[in-house]
Amino acid sequence: MKSEKIKMVRPLNENTFLIRFESEIISNTAQAGQFIHIKCFDGLDAYLRRPISICSVDRANKTFDIVYQVRGKGTGLLCAFRPEDEMDVMGPLGHGFTLHAEHRNIVVVGGGIGIFPLLQLLKDHPALKKTAILGFRSRAVVVLEDEFKEHCDELIIATDDGSYGEKGFVTSILEKRVQEEPVDMVYFCGPSIMMKRGVEILRQRNIPCEVSMEQRMGCGIGACLVCACKTKKGDDWDYSHVCKDGPVFDGYEVVF
Amino acid sequence: MNKSLNLAVNLAGMKLKNPVIAASGAFGFGREYSNYFDLGRLGGIAVKGLTPLPRKGNPPPRIAETPAGILNSVGLQNPGVHAFIEKEIPFIRKFDTAIIANASGNTVEEYENMVEILSDSDVDAIELNLSCPNVKEGCMSFGSTLEGVGKVVARAKKYAKKPLIVKLTPNVTDITEIARAAEDAGADSVSLINTLLGMAIDAKARRPVLGNITGGLSGPAVKPVALRMVYQVSKAVKIPIIGMGGISCGTDAVEFLLAGASAVMIGTAGFVNPLVWVETIDGLEAYMRENGVHSVTELIGALIG
Ligand SMILES: Cc1cc2nc3c(=O)[nH]c(=O)nc-3n(C[C@H](O)[C@H](O)[C@H](O)COP(=O)(O)OP(=O)(O)OC[C@H]3O[C@@H](n4cnc5c(N)ncnc54)[C@H](O)[C@@H]3O)c2cc1C
Ligand SMILES: Cc1cc2nc3c(=O)[nH]c(=O)nc-3n(C[C@H](O)[C@H](O)[C@H](O)COP(=O)(O)O)c2cc1C
Ligand code: FES
Repeated sequence: MKSEKIKMVRPLNENTFLIRFESEIISNTAQAGQFIHIKCFDGLDAYLRRPISICSVDRANKTFDIVYQVRGKGTGLLCAFRPEDEMDVMGPLGHGFTLHAEHRNIVVVGGGIGIFPLLQLLKDHPALKKTAILGFRSRAVVVLEDEFKEHCDELIIATDDGSYGEKGFVTSILEKRVQEEPVDMVYFCGPSIMMKRGVEILRQRNIPCEVSMEQRMGCGIGACLVCACKTKKGDDWDYSHVCKDGPVFDGYEVVF
Repeated sequence: MNKSLNLAVNLAGMKLKNPVIAASGAFGFGREYSNYFDLGRLGGIAVKGLTPLPRKGNPPPRIAETPAGILNSVGLQNPGVHAFIEKEIPFIRKFDTAIIANASGNTVEEYENMVEILSDSDVDAIELNLSCPNVKEGCMSFGSTLEGVGKVVARAKKYAKKPLIVKLTPNVTDITEIARAAEDAGADSVSLINTLLGMAIDAKARRPVLGNITGGLSGPAVKPVALRMVYQVSKAVKIPIIGMGGISCGTDAVEFLLAGASAVMIGTAGFVNPLVWVETIDGLEAYMRENGVHSVTELIGALIG
């Protein structure tokens, strides 16, 4: 737990904001898919910490970025932070994405607030061909388009209402893609229903995949056992914990 | 003037280097927090609630935030008492701190069994959990009646070769009667309070927030209730009391000692501040220094009026 200094705050749209922190330790140690656990308010209001993914790190300049969407009380209180302020942050926490050096063609599939941790994954992955398929509700909430474009070979945006990019589900686009060319691995982050469908599609072709899960958290480090996620264990199942065993899990291990 | 302070307390035959203990369920088996501070600074660690066999616990969501507190419905997820003895005790023993095994069962026989097994293990005390509100059988269903408490404690005591602490539920009409029943049945100490049964509803979704529908309330919101109960119980029994419920700093701990507790436990506040346990010890020392208190035992039950 440390105070991390804010270097910059940038609104991406009406209720989505990017915060850039100065932090030698987090920028040096963070892996794509890990998160930080934030105390949004120094007091009893919004009592618990809130988990937010690390979106991007700049190791040379010793900074890292998070992007948050205002949902309720805690994320609402984050809007009060300004450059030069310090924020009470734990992290980097959790188990991030696995990068396989031998993989040549990878796809990342994200939906809504789930797109954020995928940016650093694309930046770090050595694959020759990287495709990002990102889903948003509508044109108005599309964010980080240029950043994603810069770090992948092909960016496909889909909106639920067709107001931007392709109309429809990211999983349908993924299905087409894996029919057309051999994909080595797929990484998902987004709504559980989207990841469930995505894993079903890949199962038919035995394509390895990872999913980043969301669950309400307490301690954020594996001690309180509140952030349970059903995973396979032999022929049975057990509850793993999103903050420590995850948030990233093997897509075939999770019982959706 | 630099008189040395004495923080040690004697609790039911157990010597604690200071009265600050990690509360069961919020601290796992200590591994995670050992990355944040030296566990050897703690008076003791009450480990996650154990049962004879491994338990999966309740479906998520298992936590809901409420004003100045939380509801949890973990439901005693744990690897079972044997895995604890084999894998976790050796880890915690590396640190100079007391180990308190928090034990639950579905039946009286299971409680007897747990106490028998744990008495032969390298723990310093056994805390009988008669108060978990998140499981269908055992626990709170025993802990909320005089007969239940009397029976489980008396039968478990026969197998106890370690100090037996009985953890009480606040979800009763009169906690002093329950505490007395535990004392009469042979408890060496009582710890209180476990969580208050509560509920959270998501109005927009028209659904309960917790997967288990109800859960246990803890954190600063429960502190006044916990203090009142510790105070009342201290007037009703002679055995030492471990107080808890919403403690977040040294001053909070002092308040519980003044109300009659001989030691305190801290759980929920650690989710917000992973250093809360050591900061509470520091805060307690600072209070003693500022108020000319040399031994922490001078504070126990020292409420004026
Ligand atoms: C591993 C992980 C990474 C995340 N990364 C991001 C990110 O990069 N950007 C982003 O905008 N959001 C992210 N989220 C979701 C974010 O944590 C929630 O939107 C936020 O906690 C909501 O808090 P609130 O106080 O604004 O909302 P409220 O609804 O007022 O929150 C009340 C309680 O519910 C919990 N809660 C509510 N919604 C969620 C949710 N979807 N997931 C987990 N807990 C929830 C809160 O933590 C809090 O305890 C992530 C969640 C997880 C688990
Ligand atoms: C997530 C969580 C899990 C808990 N699990 C247990 C448990 O296994 N056994 C037990 O006796 N008490 C358990 N408790 C209750 C605490 O030990 C303590 O009695 C209560 O939370 C009040 O203290 P606090 O406000 O400092 O947390 C749990 C509490 C929480 C928040
Ligand atoms: S939040 Fe405590 S175990 Fe995951």
